[in-house]
Amino acid sequence: MIGTGISVNSITARRRRHPLARLAVVALALGLLGGGYAAAAPSDSTADAAVASGKADDVAEGRSLFVAHCASCHGLSAEGTSMGPTLVGVGAAAVDFQVSSGRMPAADPSAQAPRKPLGEWVTPEAVRQLAAYVQTLGGGPTIPTKEMVSGGDAAKGGELFRANCIQCHNFVGAGGALTYGKYAPDLNESTPEQIYEAMATGPQAMPVFNDSVVKPENKADIIAYITQVRGQVDPGGFGLGRIGPVTEGLVVWVAGISFMSLAAIWITAKKRKRTSK
Amino acid sequence: MNETPKPIAGTASYLDDRLGAGSFLKRNLRKVFPDHWSFLLGEIALYSFIILLLTGTFLTFWFKPSMGHVEYQGVYEPLKGVMMSEAYASTLHISFEVRGGLLIRQMHHWAALLFVAGMMVHALRVFFTGAYRKPRELNWLIGVLLLTLALAEGLTGYSLPDDLLSGAGLRITEGVAISLPIVGTYITFFLFGGEYPGVDVISRFYTLHILLIPGILLALISAHMVLMWVQKHTQMPGPGRTEHNVVGAPFYPAFMAKAGAYFLFTFACIAGLGTFAQINPIWLFGPYTPADISAGSQPDFYMGFLEGALRLMPAWEINFLGHTLPLSVLIPALVPMGIIMTGLALYPFAEQWITGDRREHHLADRPRNAPVRTSIGMAAVTFYGILWLLGANDEISTHFHIGLYETTIIGRFAIFLGPAIAYWITYRICIGLQRRDQDILSHGVESGVIKRLPHGEYIEVHTPPAEDIAEHMRGKKQIQIVPGDDDKDGIPPKGVRGPIGKLRAKASKFYGTDHVPLDGDGHHDGHADEHAAVGAGDKPRELH
Amino acid sequence: MTDNELPGPDDEARVPRRVIGTPAQGTAVLGTRPVETEVETPGVTLPDPADARKAERTVTLLFFVAFLAGIAFIASYVVFQVGSLDKTAVSNAALGGTLTVALLALAAGVVVWVRRIMPKYNLVQERHDMRSDDDTRGYVDETFRAGASESGFVKHKMMRRTLLLAAAPLGLAPLVLLKDLGPLPGTSLRHTVWKKGMKLVVEGTGQPILAADFDSPGGILSVVPEGYEHDLNALAKATLILIKFRPEDLKSGTIKNWTYDGIVAYSKICTHVGCPAALYEQTTHHILCPCHQSTFDATDGAKVIFGPAARPLPQLPIGVDGQGYLIAQADFDVPVGPSFWERGDAEAEAREARGNQS
Repeated sequence: MIGTGISVNSITARRRRHPLARLAVVALALGLLGGGYAAAAPSDSTADAAVASGKADDVAEGRSLFVAHCASCHGLSAEGTSMGPTLVGVGAAAVDFQVSSGRMPAADPSAQAPRKPLGEWVTPEAVRQLAAYVQTLGGGPTIPTKEMVSGGDAAKGGELFRANCIQCHNFVGAGGALTYGKYAPDLNESTPEQIYEAMATGPQAMPVFNDSVVKPENKADIIAYITQVRGQVDPGGFGLGRIGPVTEGLVVWVAGISFMSLAAIWITAKKRKRTSK
Repeated sequence: MNETPKPIAGTASYLDDRLGAGSFLKRNLRKVFPDHWSFLLGEIALYSFIILLLTGTFLTFWFKPSMGHVEYQGVYEPLKGVMMSEAYASTLHISFEVRGGLLIRQMHHWAALLFVAGMMVHALRVFFTGAYRKPRELNWLIGVLLLTLALAEGLTGYSLPDDLLSGAGLRITEGVAISLPIVGTYITFFLFGGEYPGVDVISRFYTLHILLIPGILLALISAHMVLMWVQKHTQMPGPGRTEHNVVGAPFYPAFMAKAGAYFLFTFACIAGLGTFAQINPIWLFGPYTPADISAGSQPDFYMGFLEGALRLMPAWEINFLGHTLPLSVLIPALVPMGIIMTGLALYPFAEQWITGDRREHHLADRPRNAPVRTSIGMAAVTFYGILWLLGANDEISTHFHIGLYETTIIGRFAIFLGPAIAYWITYRICIGLQRRDQDILSHGVESGVIKRLPHGEYIEVHTPPAEDIAEHMRGKKQIQIVPGDDDKDGIPPKGVRGPIGKLRAKASKFYGTDHVPLDGDGHHDGHADEHAAVGAGDKPRELH
Repeated sequence: MTDNELPGPDDEARVPRRVIGTPAQGTAVLGTRPVETEVETPGVTLPDPADARKAERTVTLLFFVAFLAGIAFIASYVVFQVGSLDKTAVSNAALGGTLTVALLALAAGVVVWVRRIMPKYNLVQERHDMRSDDDTRGYVDETFRAGASESGFVKHKMMRRTLLLAAAPLGLAPLVLLKDLGPLPGTSLRHTVWKKGMKLVVEGTGQPILAADFDSPGGILSVVPEGYEHDLNALAKATLILIKFRPEDLKSGTIKNWTYDGIVAYSKICTHVGCPAALYEQTTHHILCPCHQSTFDATDGAKVIFGPAARPLPQLPIGVDGQGYLIAQADFDVPVGPSFWERGDAEAEAREARGNQS
């Protein structure tokens, strides 16, 4: 993009041509870009499709992983049991979200499966195979590509984030409380892909934001906002967890009033004379 | 210094010729101020207020108290092109495009928190030492008024940046105001210039925040200081200290220098917090819109108890004759504030009525020596603290993994049980401490020296307490009790007749009875005899 | 206790008898007479000169540090510019850090000065009762009564009464002047901008919503009325949450013919004190207000199941237009948002009105 911009300038600046020449160049550049995109896009979707449908051996690998690690709760053919819901139709995105964040396989049945360190068998390869298998069960949202989760407009994303996300996840994605021990998790550890997948699939208590209501480019905007804000410095000192006035109140009492009390004690303290009566 | 330098002497004479300041200085340069660290706590609030005035003035140079909509074109990338109010945009401008702007803004906010916190610890010190008693009741009332105004000042200031967090606070303020019976909708429409949020409230709050309330605060703080100056400070009991004198350091030069140092400490504390602890990062919150809200929206700490009360309340609402009485808003908004502020204001007068004590008091009580007062105070602190804690129940729920509803339900019980338990525990501690004092006065303190007696018994040598500490302990005063016993004709004394009088007599007895009276000079003859052989003639007395 | 180191004045220590700065006749207020500093005054314990000299070195050092930090503060102002987050962070740390160091050093210096160079004081000053003596009281009382009768205020009844009369309306005047602070409420709290045919658009993007696109059960959207996306007054009452259910999930509390294909629209403004109640759990169908945790059951007409809110979130009747976009069928039939005195039991009235219609 930037390269194209420079070339437009350099071409038009050096040789004074017909005014339309500039337009022509721009049109050409746009055409090239579009062509490039068009050329790139199908390759993406073929890659996607490969994951979605799954190469035969991936699916087979995925199925054996599923039987080993998931079937005890979700059933041998992912039809769901009293322990876990059916995975038919949840899509590869749901699998990638749950497994790559360590939420699944769940350690114990609690209100909500927490993010936790990955098990040893959970490699990117294994997740891909597992996702490919589940995707064959009934379709559903697929895993986003790198392009789909980058390049968003943070300011636009901020508006959408405030409209749709912060009521649970807080201003800066620090998370928040839900009912009966559930909670909206901290977003600061989530990868862009996981954020995208969460919006697309609505894991656990989270509502679904499907592609027709929050368009894929808007999802990228939201991701851009989250990643930009969580990466930026706190210009005013330590961020105090960025959860607002609760920690601020704590600091003013624990640090402020304590410091002022110590200062008062120092100012008024007198050395006790050694009395040896 | 043998000679006053010419310029100072000249200026002083010039002023004295015109103002007659000499006689004032003669009386006051060596005014004596008692020394105790807790006497400085009120100065935290005083100096914070001065810093608030200075930093606040700086902020007004750039702040635009307008709700006019503009598109943000400043330097903070994640908000570029977003529609926001001028108030919010100018606050962002102060934060990122004025050198020192962020520092001053953060210092202003920290100073505000320290202002209120300083007032609270000062009020607690005055309460627990009984320093509000005659002749200082009026100054106590001024103090209660100052605290109330400080809350209003904080609320109006918190709302000014018009960010999404402060907007939530404003929305709740509106929800509370509109719930008031009969006048609620009118008050709301007058405050907001029509329907919420309107376009007026920021500029109106601005005027209140920078002119009206600080003006009143300044006047009342001055009155507070003048009264303190005229009435002289209370002092802790100790050697040579009586109800009729004040012992300590002179205003000039010692107290002046100490107060100056404490101002610098306050300033340094606020500057340090402003440097190292980020406060109210409005750029993270985004501009206000009534359509959005964040999880964990909280008010500043001093409003937390009201927020907690709102969260605690069950859903009570009464509809009658086409009118609505939203008790689930009215009770939490008015009752805790009413209990705390009215309770504070009336306490000195209630205590006077109960004890019948109309004397002047200049010697401070040690909290343990007025156990009922101290316990009532701790019960109130607990009441406030539980409400405050519940104002953050969502953060508690997320960070300590307790169910959200459980925190509320526990809170509904705790708000009644907590203060009662706190009362009982405090009372027991007070009595225990009084016993300990009594013990030290009569038996001395452990010296750490073990002696073996001729017949083989080991004892620890006890020494009498240091004279100043002993004096401090002996400073205990009996709390006055209204005479309640009937005279020989069976007629109760005046003032305790009738049901209210009987109640008063009972309350007085309850309030003032001394369960651990100090006995004389602390000699237990029996003990003295027992170990007379050891250390005879020495100062230390050996006792168990 | 840290404060009771007292030499224990057996004879009452007094304010030094020599009064500092008492001018000789006809001289300056701060005179030129030598002050005998070495005189022992009761209650004033002079410091050990050797220790005072040591302390002076400490104080000097601290004051010099304060000086350097002050210079560094000014230098930081000149050197460090603002204009981005990172630059502001550096500027804030530099300015605040130097200021803090300067103030702390100064404060510490003064404390060391007071504690180790100034004498220890144990001065005693008498207190006097606040009350004035009886003579004074008597004099004031007499003067007051004399003045009152001289003024004629007591004697001339008509004058006194008309003065009080005159004060009454003037006292009220400031209140009257406040009337134009705002319009009277009227019935404005009972209506929102929603009306029949108005499109629902997505908050943040402003796009209208095709009912067919909003097809994932468990989906939720924050929705505003078309044309009012940036009108905060309108949004404060008209913002909605739009939730998609499987039709079989809906219970009797929800008015079915106000929904479209399992899509329900509730007011987003909490009925407690007006926060946007926007937190939705798709597993339990709870709508939770993050401010005070009122919880509403979205499948059952948003009835309250926990917390301080006393009424359900009002439901907006919705449908689709010719192109399949979601539109409002009418305004809310009850006032949205927090309760107020004039509100009354609007729900009961609305139920009755609906009953009459059908």
